[in-house]
Amino acid sequence: MGLLNNQKFRAIFFQLLTVVGLVAFLWYITTNMFHNIEQRGITTGFDFFEQVAGFGISESPIEYNDSTSTYFDAFKVGLVNTLIVSGIGIFFASIIGLIVGVSRLSKNYLIARLSLFYIEFFRNIPILLQILFWYNVVLAALPSPRQSLKLSENIFLNNRGFYIPKPLLESGFVYVIVSFFIAVAAIFFLARWAKKRFEETGEEFPLLLTSIGLLIALPLITFLASGSPITLDNPSLRGFNFGGGMSYSPEFLALTFALSIYTATYIAEAVRSGIEAVARGQKEAAASLGLSNYQALKLVVLPQAIRISIPPIINQYLNLTKNSSLATAIGYPELVTVFSGTVLNQTGQAIEIIFITMLVYLTISLFISLILNIINKKLEIKGR
Amino acid sequence: MATYELKQPRPAPSNLKGPIRWIIKNLLSTPFDAALTLLGVAFLLWVVPPFVQWAIIDANFVGSTKADCTGNGACWVFIKEKLNIFIYGFYPESEYWRINLSFLLFFLFGGLFKYVGNNFVQKIAIFSLYPIIAYFLITGGSFGLDSVTTDKWGGLSLTLIVASVGIVAAFPIGVVLAFGRQSKLPIIKNVSVVYIEFIRGVPLISILFMASVILPLFFPEGMDFDKLLRALIGITLFQSAYIAEVIRGGLQAIPKGQYEAADSLGLSYWQKMILVILPQALKVAIPNLVGASISLFKDTTLVLIIGLFDLLAMVHLTGSDASWLGFETEGYVFVTIVFWFFCFSLSKYGKYLEVKYNTDNR
Repeated sequence: MGLLNNQKFRAIFFQLLTVVGLVAFLWYITTNMFHNIEQRGITTGFDFFEQVAGFGISESPIEYNDSTSTYFDAFKVGLVNTLIVSGIGIFFASIIGLIVGVSRLSKNYLIARLSLFYIEFFRNIPILLQILFWYNVVLAALPSPRQSLKLSENIFLNNRGFYIPKPLLESGFVYVIVSFFIAVAAIFFLARWAKKRFEETGEEFPLLLTSIGLLIALPLITFLASGSPITLDNPSLRGFNFGGGMSYSPEFLALTFALSIYTATYIAEAVRSGIEAVARGQKEAAASLGLSNYQALKLVVLPQAIRISIPPIINQYLNLTKNSSLATAIGYPELVTVFSGTVLNQTGQAIEIIFITMLVYLTISLFISLILNIINKKLEIKGR
Repeated sequence: MATYELKQPRPAPSNLKGPIRWIIKNLLSTPFDAALTLLGVAFLLWVVPPFVQWAIIDANFVGSTKADCTGNGACWVFIKEKLNIFIYGFYPESEYWRINLSFLLFFLFGGLFKYVGNNFVQKIAIFSLYPIIAYFLITGGSFGLDSVTTDKWGGLSLTLIVASVGIVAAFPIGVVLAFGRQSKLPIIKNVSVVYIEFIRGVPLISILFMASVILPLFFPEGMDFDKLLRALIGITLFQSAYIAEVIRGGLQAIPKGQYEAADSLGLSYWQKMILVILPQALKVAIPNLVGASISLFKDTTLVLIIGLFDLLAMVHLTGSDASWLGFETEGYVFVTIVFWFFCFSLSKYGKYLEVKYNTDNR
């Protein structure tokens, strides 16, 4: 009995117990698994990656051929589509979330109420329901290609998708890209010069406005000077559907709409709580130092607010990426639809396929938390 | 010598009163503000009147068949006719009372739970008695009740069953995992960390796929899991990792002195954690626990992807009913209202709990 009360012994004993229990459990399920696999005649291993997939994928940004591409190509298409949908979703969710989060604190009663309503409404509705709603109700109610909604000269919306002109780059476009990089470099040196001048004379330079102006003006001038080296490939009605241009399928639209609108509510809340968390005294101190409203916001409030907001916002990016897997409910060909759906049904190798899917998501989330850690380190209050 | 100009005195405060003052102050204080207000009003005019027109003015409320849907607006007859299916799924109509009764019992037991006050043993007895009674009542097959297999369960009742089982069953596992993650024993700590991070890193849908496809392979033949049970296992495993993180947040907020005080009183590890640390940690964690529960409630809709018929799936299904084609919109609006109502009430209940257990004497 005395031994059980010895702390060191107890520590080792209980950990040993955990290990033994865990190993026994794992051994139990793996033996069962191998037995079951044998009984049911399921093939194992990763050879299936080399086999020809032989099914079509409706949207593939990378090369994919129905009759020659392998299962590994299908996997790659799914992965790329997941990344595209997540990236675009994150972009729009951030913009909507930032706007709504700031308007939530607006002094304008109507705007503040509308933002609150937006947040409370979309946050409390399951994301899957929102995806299905956009897909089955809103987008399905759009007219057929022949009666497309004409949003502008060459932009069309119908129940087959969203069509915009496709820019075709000509050789002269290189100069535009070069001038863009020149603008970036100019801003870099301008910023250093402005900072130096500020430290020496205390005069401020309107850096933000100048930078935006440079970034837009320089490429634009080169673009016009080199004779507009872009031709547009306009979408046009051919037979029963549109051809040419760039098209986005209803599945893609429904998914990005729903993901951005839903995630934006969480981002808005993170933005709001970040700004609210900055102590009142900080704003008052800034004002008493004679900083203007804009200076106070830029130099005092935002740096502190960002430190609080960034971790939850990045978590929401991760959630959005994971939620993009719900595309399988409407058939957008991302990782889960293509790989855990079609490929699994064709090969029957559930164990390998589901674990690879999980591994992909796990890698993405580890990658995102790595970024988060780096940012946190950077934003950390530097103690002296 | 620098000279400074005298600043002009501020204008006297406006002597406007009442709603006009309020409007000027809150809606039109600057030109930019006025523009924003205009934008907001335009948006409201764009959204609200058409919706009211569709949902109320042009809508049909009476009737019993599709022929009664004559207006241009919504046809709520569809919801009225399908309400039983939306709530009970394919549960036999003559047995609806069993679900109703277990729902009623839930509130009865809830009241009883409050009534017994601080008697711990009675509380636990009540808490564990309810699921047993509800299980026998809904499953049947004994006490003279007809057996109703789980493939007949569906609709809102299934949504509630999945959500409540997930929330309740994940809680103890989450607590143990949170303790494990805070533990000083390296092996126990690492096992907990790996589990939590793994589950949190993958989407729920892949866990549900795993539960429905791979789980049966893990156990000997003949040990048959029913589809619902597999989904419940998946959801519980998923939720427990999130609950663990929420509780860990609470544990981290407890000052070290509390641990030391408990140690110095000679409490054992479990006494210390259960009697001293956990109650305080849970109090801190209430808002996030409620948040996690709301998330799970919304996530239960995912079971439709693995072929269970929860509320959303039932609406999805009846939308393609041949005699009621074209009423998906009404169905989705109905589900939206139901989910919104549950989630919003849950979050309000969370706020209430937060205030109730706020022992901060400030």
